[in-house]
Amino acid sequence: MIRHGLLVLLLSLSALANGAIDTFEFKDAATRERFQSLAAELRCPKCQNQNIADSNSPIAEDLRQELHRMLEAGANDEQVIDFMVSRYGEFVLYRPRMNEQTYLLWFGPAVLLLIGIGVVFLVSGKRKKVQQDKPNSNLSDAEKQKLEQLLKQEKTK
Amino acid sequence: MRRLIVIVPLVLFVALGLFLWNGIGKNTETIPSPLIGKPVPAFSLSALLDEQQSITAADLKGRPALLNVWATWCPTCKAEHAQLNRIVQQEGVTIYGVNYKDDRAKAKVWLDQYMNPYALNIYDPDGKLGLNLGVYGAPETFVLDAQGIIRYKHVGAVDEQVWRVLREQLQQLEVNQ
Repeated sequence: MIRHGLLVLLLSLSALANGAIDTFEFKDAATRERFQSLAAELRCPKCQNQNIADSNSPIAEDLRQELHRMLEAGANDEQVIDFMVSRYGEFVLYRPRMNEQTYLLWFGPAVLLLIGIGVVFLVSGKRKKVQQDKPNSNLSDAEKQKLEQLLKQEKTK
Repeated sequence: MRRLIVIVPLVLFVALGLFLWNGIGKNTETIPSPLIGKPVPAFSLSALLDEQQSITAADLKGRPALLNVWATWCPTCKAEHAQLNRIVQQEGVTIYGVNYKDDRAKAKVWLDQYMNPYALNIYDPDGKLGLNLGVYGAPETFVLDAQGIIRYKHVGAVDEQVWRVLREQLQQLEVNQ
């Protein structure tokens, strides 16, 4: 009996833990999927580390409702995104759009990597050259022979 | 020359570091509004105090004014209310109110109790106008010019410091009018 009571208690708690739950009805499964993916990609303006799917804040609730309304009315993804951006700014996009303001953001890391690789090649190329240069340095033939003799003497010692 | 190339990544790293360092501690709560420079979105809603009276965006034109988004459920709105009363009485500012996702009866009681600084109060129970204004946390205050164009937005309470900024904005608009 107690065990059953505990089970019921745990089950009811798990429902609480699920957070933002709305009862939206969709015209088809595809719309539901688009709703979920868009809600996951739009940032809540109030609680900035959450998307509007996760957030329980009233504004996120409103935005979910608006998203649902738009999708049911047949809006495409671009229209939804434009709607949100025209009100809350580029900020609401977790995946920023590509424009002059975000080129640095999109290409910056790749450019830095390329520069890094370039410098590594330059430096290592230079080193190799230095190493190759070493044997035929400023010694004349006679000096080289002397050097070899000296090395041999050293070995036989 | 070639030796200089080696320090390019270091220079870039330092530049990036300074750029990021610069961002630390900045207020990220307020996000820039894309509505600056745009007219107040079209709407047709009833007046808070008179259900029969319909208000549209055209009613907000005529002179530079503040548009203040408030609600009785918002504690910060209560905190800034005295300041709004003061600037209307002492400095002759025009403030339009948007009663955002609120209850008409409660809002009326609130205005009776704490005085009414608003020249007009728009009743927006569903938050539709609020959504079109990009409101995400009441109170929010917009500065409108005489043509009803949004010139500035402040999120949070209007205290003395914020009011100084808003007043400067309003004064500039008066001059340019």
